[in-house]
Amino acid sequence: MTEIIQIIIDALSLGSLYALGALGIALIFGVMRLVNFAHGDTIAFCVFALLWPSIDAAAVVFAGHLPTVLLIPLILLIGAGLSVLSEIIVFRRFRKANPATMMIASFALGFVIRYFLLMLYSSRPKSINLWESLGESIGFLGARVPLLQIVTVAITLGILGLLTLFLKRSRYGLEMRAAAENFTMARMLGVRANRVIMLAFALSGMLAATTGLILVTQTGTVDIQMGASVMLIAFIATVIGGLGSLTGAVTAGYLIGAASVLMQVVLPLDARPFRDAFVYGAVIVTLIWRPNGLFVARSAKQRV
Amino acid sequence: MTLLTVDGISVRYGQLTALRRASISVKEGESLFVTGPNGAGKSTLLKAIAGVVPIREGAITFAGTAVAGKAPEDIARLGFSMVPEGRDVFSGLTIDENLRVGVGMRADKDAAIRDLETVYSVFPMLAERRHRPAGVLSGGQQQMLVIGRALMAKPKLIAIDEPSLGLAPKVIDDVYATLLKLRDAQGLTLLIVEQSSARAMLTGGRMVLMRSGEVVLEGDARELVRGDALKKAYFGYGDH
Repeated sequence: MTEIIQIIIDALSLGSLYALGALGIALIFGVMRLVNFAHGDTIAFCVFALLWPSIDAAAVVFAGHLPTVLLIPLILLIGAGLSVLSEIIVFRRFRKANPATMMIASFALGFVIRYFLLMLYSSRPKSINLWESLGESIGFLGARVPLLQIVTVAITLGILGLLTLFLKRSRYGLEMRAAAENFTMARMLGVRANRVIMLAFALSGMLAATTGLILVTQTGTVDIQMGASVMLIAFIATVIGGLGSLTGAVTAGYLIGAASVLMQVVLPLDARPFRDAFVYGAVIVTLIWRPNGLFVARSAKQRV
Repeated sequence: MTLLTVDGISVRYGQLTALRRASISVKEGESLFVTGPNGAGKSTLLKAIAGVVPIREGAITFAGTAVAGKAPEDIARLGFSMVPEGRDVFSGLTIDENLRVGVGMRADKDAAIRDLETVYSVFPMLAERRHRPAGVLSGGQQQMLVIGRALMAKPKLIAIDEPSLGLAPKVIDDVYATLLKLRDAQGLTLLIVEQSSARAMLTGGRMVLMRSGEVVLEGDARELVRGDALKKAYFGYGDH
C-alpha cells in the first residue's frame, strides 16, 4: 500500500513538471501556431539567473540568496521578461511566416540563449542548494515521501487552478481563448493581437521560470542542458495532447510522467535502462491510434 | 452623411487579381447590397475594408478616418463590425462568451451589460442556451449569434458576408427581418454581401453589382432588377 502511494506521488510530481512544460508550449502554440523550441532554454536562463555570471567551477550564488518572497517573483519576472522580449525582438517578425519558419526561428533563438549562457557561465554544471528543507521526507498517508514532491504537485495544481480561473473568468482570458480559436475573427472584434500574444508569452515565460525552479531544487545543479530534456518531453506531451489544446497538454504531461514511473516499476530489471524506449514506443502507438492527439483542438485554422 | 468610402481599391492574391479598382460608398443608416456571381470579389471587398487582406492601391475611409493599412482591431474599434462568411462562431466558447468577446474594446461596460440583455431579448433562443458551447447551435442560430456578437461591439456599420448561406428559406426570412428591424431601431448601417439579387429586391435599398473584381453596376435594387441591365451585367456583356 505505501509502495503504491509512493508510486502515485512519484508519477504525479514527475507529471507535474512535464505538464508545466507542456503548458508553456501549448499556450503560445494556441495563439500563434508557433512551437517554441526556445522554451527549454528559457527554463535554463531562469535557473542561471540564480547565479552571478562566472566561469569558475564553483557557483557564485547571487539571486539564489534572496529571501523566498523576493526570489520567486524575481525569477518569474525574468522568465516573463525574456519570453516577451523573444516575442518582440524575434517572433513578431515571423508572425505571417509559415509555422515551419517560425519553428526554425525558435530553434535559432534557443541556441542564441544557450550560447549566451555558455559564454557567461561556461558549460560546467554547478551545484546550488535551494530550499534545502524541501529535500526532507515527510510521512504522507503512511508512506515516506520527499516534501518537494508534495510541494511540486501542490504548486502545479495551484497554477492550473489560477490559469483556468484567468482563462474562464477574466476579460483577457476570454480574449485569449477567442484568439486561440480564430485569431482573425477575434481581431475583427477589436481584440488586440499584440497584447494577446505578449500575454501568452509572459504566461509561458512564468511557467518556464516555475519549471526551472522546481528542477533546480530537485537536482541541486545548474546545467545548461537542464531545460532541453524537459522541453523534449513537454513538446511530445503537447503533440500527444493535441497541439493547441491546453487540457490535452496537461493531461498528456501527467500521462507521460505516470508512464515513465510505472515502467520503472513494472519493467523487468534488465529492461529498465531502456525505459525511455518503451515510453517513446507508447508515444508512437498513441499517435498511430490518435494522429491528432488525445484532445483535438477546436481549430487548426490558418491565422493572420 | 457618408460613413464608408471605398475608392478604387485593388487586391491581389499572388497572381490572381481579386479586386480591380473597386469603389463603393455607404451612407449612414442605409443598407447597401453587394451582389454578383462567385469569384466576383465581394468577400474580398469586405475583407479589405476590415483590414484582413492588404490592398495594393486606392483608399478606404471609414467614419472620417483613413483605414487602409490599419490593423483589423483598430478598424473594428472605429465601429466597423464584420460578420464573415461561414459565420465563424467561437465554437468552444459559450454563447455568452461569444457575445462578450467584442465588449473588451468598449469603454462603456455598463451599457454593454444592457446591450447584452437587448441582444438576448431580440434572440430569445440564445438566452435559453447562454451557457452552452456555441458549437451546439444550428446554422440559423449561429447566424443569429454572430449578428448579436457584431451588435455587442457597438458598431456604426455591420458588414455581413452571405448571411443566407446554407440556411433554409424560412430562416433567411427571419435573419433579414431581424437585420432590418435592428437597422431601423438602432440606426445601424448595413453592408450586405449576397450572391443573389433576389433578396436585395425584396428588401429594397441600394445595390451594387460586382463581376470579376470590378463594380459594374450601381443603383436602386428594385429598378435594377426590373430592367435588363442587371441580367446583362451579371452574366457578362454578350460573351456567351
